[in-house]
Amino acid sequence: MTDLTTILAGVRFPNPVFTASGCAAAGRELDQFFDVTSLGAVVTKSIMLDARSGRATPRMAETPSGMLNSIGLQGPGIDAFLDHDLAWLAQRGARAVVSIAGSSVEDYARLASRLRGRPGLSMIEVNISCPNVEDRGQVFACDPRASSGVLSAVRKNTPAEIPVFAKLSPDVTDIVAIAAACVDAGADGLSLINTLLGMVIDTTTMRPALAGVTGGLSGPAIRPVAVRCVWQVHQAMPDVPLLGMGGIRTGSDALEFLLAGASAVSVGTTVFGDPTAPMRILGELTQELSDRGIARLRDVIGLAHRPAQPHVPEDPDPVGDVPAARRSS
Amino acid sequence: MPLQVSGEVLSVRRVGAYQLLTVIAPGIPELTRPGHFLAVQVGGPESSMLLRRAFAIYDVKDRGVYGGTVEFVFAVHGKGTAWLSSRRPQDRLDVVGPLGTPFRLPTTPVQAALVGGGYGSAPLLPLAGALRGRGCRVDIVLGAGSADRLFGQLDAKRTAASLVVTTDDGSTGQRGRVSDVLPEVLEKNRTDVVYACGPMPMLRAVAQQCAERGIPCQVAVEESMACGIGVCMTCVLPVLGSDGRTRMVRSCVEGPVFLAERVRWEDIGTVPADTVGAPVRP
Repeated sequence: MTDLTTILAGVRFPNPVFTASGCAAAGRELDQFFDVTSLGAVVTKSIMLDARSGRATPRMAETPSGMLNSIGLQGPGIDAFLDHDLAWLAQRGARAVVSIAGSSVEDYARLASRLRGRPGLSMIEVNISCPNVEDRGQVFACDPRASSGVLSAVRKNTPAEIPVFAKLSPDVTDIVAIAAACVDAGADGLSLINTLLGMVIDTTTMRPALAGVTGGLSGPAIRPVAVRCVWQVHQAMPDVPLLGMGGIRTGSDALEFLLAGASAVSVGTTVFGDPTAPMRILGELTQELSDRGIARLRDVIGLAHRPAQPHVPEDPDPVGDVPAARRSS
Repeated sequence: MPLQVSGEVLSVRRVGAYQLLTVIAPGIPELTRPGHFLAVQVGGPESSMLLRRAFAIYDVKDRGVYGGTVEFVFAVHGKGTAWLSSRRPQDRLDVVGPLGTPFRLPTTPVQAALVGGGYGSAPLLPLAGALRGRGCRVDIVLGAGSADRLFGQLDAKRTAASLVVTTDDGSTGQRGRVSDVLPEVLEKNRTDVVYACGPMPMLRAVAQQCAERGIPCQVAVEESMACGIGVCMTCVLPVLGSDGRTRMVRSCVEGPVFLAERVRWEDIGTVPADTVGAPVRP
């Protein structure tokens, strides 16, 4: 039996497979397909203080191994979210990571206060990196000082036992600098990564495909970027827990993030095409670990940073496309 | 409660300009009502196309030699539908369904008119059967660009008390649009309720003609979707709630069937300023 337990900033999760913010609503729809309490956690769609309509349609364009979305943080506002969504998750017995988004430091502080003492809340993910806002995606997460202001406000308004994670954008020159600013401001961990700002032009209409012109790119197309971000941040701050995400489609993809330094992963866009994917990925990841003779998930976190052991295959006919990737332990 | 089923393709047949795909998908037929839809994975498990394609369910059979089967109609528009059209018997096809809110049926026998544009007739044909089963009179109007883009004429002829066909090019039936003939159909048959499915401009025209006559109308809309199950928030349109306020609602969960008078037809593709949570404009 593989021990899949993972700990993020002192909070224990039974397994490392979470949903991704904005890709699972608040869990209720997916609960029709699988038991959401068997996820490590449900990460809810970013919630703002007030109800928000989001952007006009078209809001979506499929791209090679990915998609652009331009939803614009549509949501019911924090009050309706607490009454309907978080209450449902708590009653259901699911672990909730609540993602919050605001347009000012004050918004974030108030959202954190509203979440205080709510049953079901395991962790807060602070979305400072949604690209679908005005200002050419110039979000808080593009500036260390702005990021720091938000994170310190949320940390101040959140009880100590609830970890606060900052969700960062890969669209920056140096993600480690932003990560460090968030951690210095009190973030307990980091979620890496949000979507990349992208654009598609419809060659039939000869106009932008999205009503919002630009959108966030997600899916397997961005996975190498995400793995690189997790790697760089883990290398610089090996003690800071990371929630990794970006194009995870299989258990092997999830393992890649763990090896790069993530303690848990979020499955996002893949859910759109495969609603039971989180459970499939959890099963595949368990198999990947047991195939490698690894008994505890936490032993692989950041493993790729350690020097490679010289490996002589004992087996004359190694399994897989890349024989050298097979290690006995 | 929708199911995700790895089904087996039974057949893919050309019907005029369209394709009719039948898949063995046990469990789905029993749950399906007219107006429900299916979300279909395309390109296989390693595909670079991540998003499902949504199609209205045409026919279902809940038993028989093959177990439960589900049929849907599609037109080849891009790579995903081209892949679907190249499926062969015994290929695997991952389907999720039944999805969405189906057509609501009247509780008493009424005179119903069904209006379909192109292969938008697909969900209307099983609806016609269900209405007949409730003792309703069913009149059908089908329209398309040309004769090969009509779907289900024979079916319609069998089920309906009357059938009127229009084509833009006059290749069959009356030359023109469904909205050119609908007023006469409504008057002649003293229609009580209208059900429509087809392209958005057609639905808008039908909705307006029904509104002018005070005839309740249900429409099944077509919006592009990424997931079909209510989590991605891409398929929204502005719809009035029972409280009179406009919200951007998901056509995959709250729809695809809406009461026509609730849809803000002129504002589709925008966020009307009076929508709940609309951006404050300077």
